[in-house]
Amino acid sequence: MIVDLAIITLKAVLVVGMVLNLAGILGWIERKGSALIQDRIGANRASIFGFAGKGLVNTLIADPLKFLFKEDFIPPTGDRFLHTLAPCMALFPALVTFAVIPFGDVLNIGERSINLQVANLNIGILYVFAMGSLGVYGIVIGAWASNNKFSMLGGVRGSAQMISYEIAMGLSVMGVLMVYGTLELQDIARSQGALIRDLMPSWLRFLSPIVGWLPAWGIFLQPLAFLLFFTAAVAETKRIPFDLPEGESELVAGYHVEYSGGKFLMFFAGEFAEVVTVAGLVTTLFFGGWQVPYLLRDGFHFPWGGTWLLPHVFIVLLQVAAFTVKLIFFCWLQILLRWSVPRFRYDQVMRLGWKMLLPLALLNVVATAIWILAAQ
Amino acid sequence: MDTASLIFYLLAALLVIASLLVVFLRNVVHCAMALVSALLLIAVLFVTLQAPMVGVLQVMVYAGAIMVLFLFVIMLLNPAALERQRGLWWGFGAMLALMLAGVLVPLVMTNDLPADPVAATELFGSPEMLAKSLFSDFVLPFEIASVLLLVAIIGAVVLAKREN
Repeated sequence: MIVDLAIITLKAVLVVGMVLNLAGILGWIERKGSALIQDRIGANRASIFGFAGKGLVNTLIADPLKFLFKEDFIPPTGDRFLHTLAPCMALFPALVTFAVIPFGDVLNIGERSINLQVANLNIGILYVFAMGSLGVYGIVIGAWASNNKFSMLGGVRGSAQMISYEIAMGLSVMGVLMVYGTLELQDIARSQGALIRDLMPSWLRFLSPIVGWLPAWGIFLQPLAFLLFFTAAVAETKRIPFDLPEGESELVAGYHVEYSGGKFLMFFAGEFAEVVTVAGLVTTLFFGGWQVPYLLRDGFHFPWGGTWLLPHVFIVLLQVAAFTVKLIFFCWLQILLRWSVPRFRYDQVMRLGWKMLLPLALLNVVATAIWILAAQ
Repeated sequence: MDTASLIFYLLAALLVIASLLVVFLRNVVHCAMALVSALLLIAVLFVTLQAPMVGVLQVMVYAGAIMVLFLFVIMLLNPAALERQRGLWWGFGAMLALMLAGVLVPLVMTNDLPADPVAATELFGSPEMLAKSLFSDFVLPFEIASVLLLVAIIGAVVLAKREN
């Protein structure tokens, strides 16, 4: 009983700590990366006895301390209570969503088997969308409580944008759920350990030598869904090219214009936590989650024959490492996107969401349904 | 009292407080946020009753979509203009509340409620079971509801177009 409780607590602390720390490190990657892209030096203003650690001291120690010691300004005509609550509402959903994302298979220690996932819900992906749909409150309430016209415009834009893209995001995942036949993210990750040749219907066997050796990852089975989901998910994080709620050149800083100090830091951390969550979801749904190609429960089984057996603990470590590498790769990809594409206009964002992503997502659902019927 | 009923009463008390706040707060946005918290508490209640699917759908549909639209409308209209409306609505609302109480109180007072809640099976409230009942036993009401929603959407589009 106590041990079970301890294991659950440890997993929860580990995952929340991982998301928060990765969010901090992403701040460093973002500042140094953007400097690299724009041919600047970037974050080099702080050091401890001359040690700057490539800007790490600046972004991981100096910046947060500065945020925390700054004056916490609340607009006198604003709403004190909701102004304080809004950053919490922005950060909370971003932190809890990761609970259903598995970061490894089952770890067996003696009699005990530990599922490397905080919450094993049979409705996993629905929980993700439920929490994602709560993220909009932080923006809307923060904007309203600031009693500032620029904030308000940002809040209205943000709520419209997030509602629009939630629909496209939900529908784009449908295809993946249909292929793997489950809502549970651990089961989805586990199903991606199979090879494509095992899933092929008999009348497609002739393709087996060409593509049969590929693992049955979502990206190979549902490539269109991946593009749609990734686009919609990036739009949900409200970063460039979809940063209309902030719109620096139009709305100053949009919904968080009246936020300073620790509360601004919470909005900021919430944004990066969302980036981490999106990366986790993309990894789990489309890139095999913790799967290493051809690594099964007892070791590597290569499709061209040949096995390489490994000890259990080593396999689990390899899986967790694979998940982490994929996670960091997709975080990095999002930061690269943010610094390489220009911003959309508001009408372009709406047109992309409703007139392109949504019909394509519906098409993907219908096509997947026909495929599943044909493959039976 | 065991832990389950303790949690239930705690949730129920919070739910009643949140619902009262919806009615008695003066500011429309505060009322909306109280309603959001009431909806979230109902979702937690569903989860404690072994129906996580319904709970999550509650959050997704009511807290995540409908209430966001509420807030959207409140923010676009001027909330100050809506603040002081009394008189006729009070009487009407009180009458409705009394009628609802008249239905609910005798129901709660009767003793023939099941003493023990039915034990939930593994599949209870699971997506599989929900989908099975929706698409086999209740497929006709389901389709009728979807047609109704479609009509509402088309109606909204037509109304919005007419103004231009």
